[in-house]
Amino acid sequence: MQAGMSDRRAPGFWPLAIVFALFVVFMYGPMFTIFVLSFQGPEGGLTFPMRGVSLHWFHKLAEGLGTVDIGAAFRRSLMLGAVVMAFTVVLSVLAGLAFRKRLKGGDALFYIAVASLIMPSIIVSLGIGLQFRLLDTGIKSALTAMGAEGTLENYGTALGLLTSALGAHLTWTLPFGLLIMFAVFNRFNPAYEEAARDLGATPWQSFRHVVLPLIGPSVIGIGMFGFTLSWDEIARTSQAIGDVNTLPLELQGLTSTVTTPSIYALGTVTTIVSFAVMGVALGSAALLGRRASKRRGG
Amino acid sequence: MQQKSADLELVKLTKRYGDVTAVHAIDLRVAAGSYCCLLGPSGCGKTSTLRMIAGHELASDGDVLLGGRNITLLPAAERGTAMMFQSYALFPHLSVLDNVAFSLKMRGIGKAERHKRAHDLLERVAMTPYAQRKPSELSGGQQQRVALARALITEPSVLLLDEPLSALDPFLRIRMRAELKRWQHDLGFTFIHVTHSQEEAMALSDQVVVMNQGLIEQVASPHDLFNAPASEFVAKFLGGHNVIRLGDAKIALRADKVRLSRDASGDNTMAGDVLGVEYQGTYVLVTMNLPQQDDFSVMLPEADFFRAPCSPGERMFAQWNSSDVHRLAS
Repeated sequence: MQAGMSDRRAPGFWPLAIVFALFVVFMYGPMFTIFVLSFQGPEGGLTFPMRGVSLHWFHKLAEGLGTVDIGAAFRRSLMLGAVVMAFTVVLSVLAGLAFRKRLKGGDALFYIAVASLIMPSIIVSLGIGLQFRLLDTGIKSALTAMGAEGTLENYGTALGLLTSALGAHLTWTLPFGLLIMFAVFNRFNPAYEEAARDLGATPWQSFRHVVLPLIGPSVIGIGMFGFTLSWDEIARTSQAIGDVNTLPLELQGLTSTVTTPSIYALGTVTTIVSFAVMGVALGSAALLGRRASKRRGG
Repeated sequence: MQQKSADLELVKLTKRYGDVTAVHAIDLRVAAGSYCCLLGPSGCGKTSTLRMIAGHELASDGDVLLGGRNITLLPAAERGTAMMFQSYALFPHLSVLDNVAFSLKMRGIGKAERHKRAHDLLERVAMTPYAQRKPSELSGGQQQRVALARALITEPSVLLLDEPLSALDPFLRIRMRAELKRWQHDLGFTFIHVTHSQEEAMALSDQVVVMNQGLIEQVASPHDLFNAPASEFVAKFLGGHNVIRLGDAKIALRADKVRLSRDASGDNTMAGDVLGVEYQGTYVLVTMNLPQQDDFSVMLPEADFFRAPCSPGERMFAQWNSSDVHRLAS
């Protein structure tokens, strides 16, 4: 809104409003459609019209979709997301701190980290898969050489959720986390740390009592970013996951085999998890704020 | 809190950044309990000097002595100095009370004890009603008081102030300036204050240290500084002086010691054209163009000017007494 000039709208208002409306429709329309169709009646199909409203397809989902164990995939994705989140937060904050000093080779390190955003995901994924297969070969020949036949028999592959898939996800989340930390520390006034030092704080105390509380909201943001990027990642996971599947991979597989609105019900449930993560993050931030203001009041 | 003040001494103190020398082996003695301003243009080395005293910058060479104790290499918190930062650097996430109690918390002093002592100091700076506020909810002047209380809780014998008034608007700046002076007087310990404002230095200091390009140009009381500037730089930086070349020598002449008349008389007279006339309230500033001289200005009391007004373009004679001439070292 312009202040005072005129009550008439600028000539660009309606064209821009239409562009914005289209943006909103493209952004949220598909999600909303899936959401609505997941409540399709038992007689209904994959498309409109709705034949009644029910939770039928959620029940079907709970019973399992064919041979696929959705519950297990769900738990795997949840765990992977949580581990990725933890690693992303810790490593990004530490790297952000390191880059504040004159870091020898810092520029090269930065470009190497960010290059992984530019590289096509599927290539990264294939590469990780191949690397781990090489590792498998190495381990197997080592086991043979040592004559550990029993171990060799049980050995499948080094590929897995918390090995290759974790690494693949971190190639995706760490550059984001690092860039956010750069933005945060660019605006961070070093006088706060000097003041802390002047008042007798050790470097650790200065970090714990001054730096961390001030960058806290951004750190929560990095955690959210890390989780949600991991939660719906497909391309980087596809070749690097090994024997088991994450939820998005199962979902992708199901789109070609399941022909009932159960697939929509699954979409609804995963979307709700994403929102729940954000809700928890925002809620805990608000709670921290309330606790702080309560302390002030008391 | 009765803190003993102590003499501060800098001996051949030097700061180099790579090839650039910011502070060139300066010697300085600041008497216990005095108000000392480090004055100079930006880049003159005054802030580097202050930060070396504070321990936020490591001296490349030389020593800092406080009360006879060599503190050159001690950590910031163990020197007996406390710093008041530019824009104060109050912790935005902590209440006023917790800001003041911060250093006690770092030393592991219990909550009840540290809050009691913080409350005592807040009372001293008349900030008790604001103890639970966040720094962002305070005015600039109130923030300065909190910053002072936070520095005082470490019981320093020297308070170091880095351009403390630069964050304030001009009106508040004058009020808080008076408050700084009053605090220094009441507390009775040494204040070392970095500023680029000669007006601020004049108003506050017992001792002004004028710095230029990493060197000390002059150390003097405001009165001596203004009446006997040691160099052309000092005279020009302080303002209110004309620097005139007479043969090989240079002299400084206070602009308010010059009279204007329409006819030549006496020895100390120079003719020139009036360039501009600015009315300043209590005085009128007349700028003149004297042959072979830099800018020349005359500050005439309002009444004197209007007794015989002049206007730009007129030819006038500037006159002064021999006793007002101050010869500058070349």
